Amino acid sequence: MMHAETAPPGAAAPVFYQTDEEGHHSEGSTMLGFWLYLMSDCLIFATLFATYGVLGRSYAAGPTPKELFDLPGIAVNTAMLLFSSITYGFAMLEMDRDRVKQTQIWLAVTGLFGAAFVALEIREFVHLFHEGAPPWRSAFLSSFYTLVSTHGLHVSMGILWLIVLMVQVGKRGLIVENKRRLMCLSMFWHFLDLIWIGVFTVVYLMGVLE
Amino acid sequence: MSADARHLTGHGQDTHDSHAHSSGGHGTVQSYMTGFVLSVILTVIPFWLVMGNVLDNSLVTTLVILALGGVQMVVHVVYFLHMNTKSEGGWTFLALIFTIMVVVIMLAGSVWVMYHLNHNMMPMDAHDVMNNAR
Repeated sequence: MMHAETAPPGAAAPVFYQTDEEGHHSEGSTMLGFWLYLMSDCLIFATLFATYGVLGRSYAAGPTPKELFDLPGIAVNTAMLLFSSITYGFAMLEMDRDRVKQTQIWLAVTGLFGAAFVALEIREFVHLFHEGAPPWRSAFLSSFYTLVSTHGLHVSMGILWLIVLMVQVGKRGLIVENKRRLMCLSMFWHFLDLIWIGVFTVVYLMGVLE
Repeated sequence: MSADARHLTGHGQDTHDSHAHSSGGHGTVQSYMTGFVLSVILTVIPFWLVMGNVLDNSLVTTLVILALGGVQMVVHVVYFLHMNTKSEGGWTFLALIFTIMVVVIMLAGSVWVMYHLNHNMMPMDAHDVMNNAR
């Protein structure tokens, strides 16, 4: 700052200050900021879980979880998400070693597993509608659809983000900015798998137990 | 998949110096595979318990699958999200602890309060039903 004031007009001093500071600072604060976003997202899911916890047994003489849920199907769904987590991990490891093609392949595999998860979930919802279990049937079903479809929507947005990043990496390669973005998506993706653990435990497994 | 893992490990050692500075927030093949195997085990057990009707007591089964779910969440945080007490100068860990605290209060509080509310409303409901039936 002092320098800029005393230097003649057109001096390069301010430019030198800027480039030196930003490289380090923005990366660290992006990761922390994204983590804080995930924590706030966690609170959204916590409220939906609490709602389900309160209303999950209010069937209004309608269908119960035991009649509706197909556990083998849910197990397949869970496997899809878990596989997508590990393949994203492999993409990150390839990214660390600056191998564009391998990174892209693992990202594509991750996206396919994610898409399979969403497709199976949509199929489940369609099936439930045919069974006479739409969201408006009972408080249990309203809270069930709200919780599960919020998670499904997150996964769908994650897939969209993944596609955008694959295009970015394809065009610009694994530059610092793209690596940072891929690291954010990595956190987002693993976080969604973590939320799904809560969903299959509390909603599906405990629902069938009752 | 294991062949892939070994392949990656070999290279990881070659280029150790070049990515050592950036690997602070990432895992290794071993850490990802450890997390994955633990997750598979912790997922299969609760599904097996419920689908196979292994334990007769549904309360015990509920507690066991909740505990396993909790453990699996910790596994994901440690092995996939690479959370530790030192990353970002401890701020991410602090945020995580705060979030867990709020979530526990919100979940336990909601369920507890609403359970008692339902419980206390019960006689009135029954009364109404009786009146209507009469």
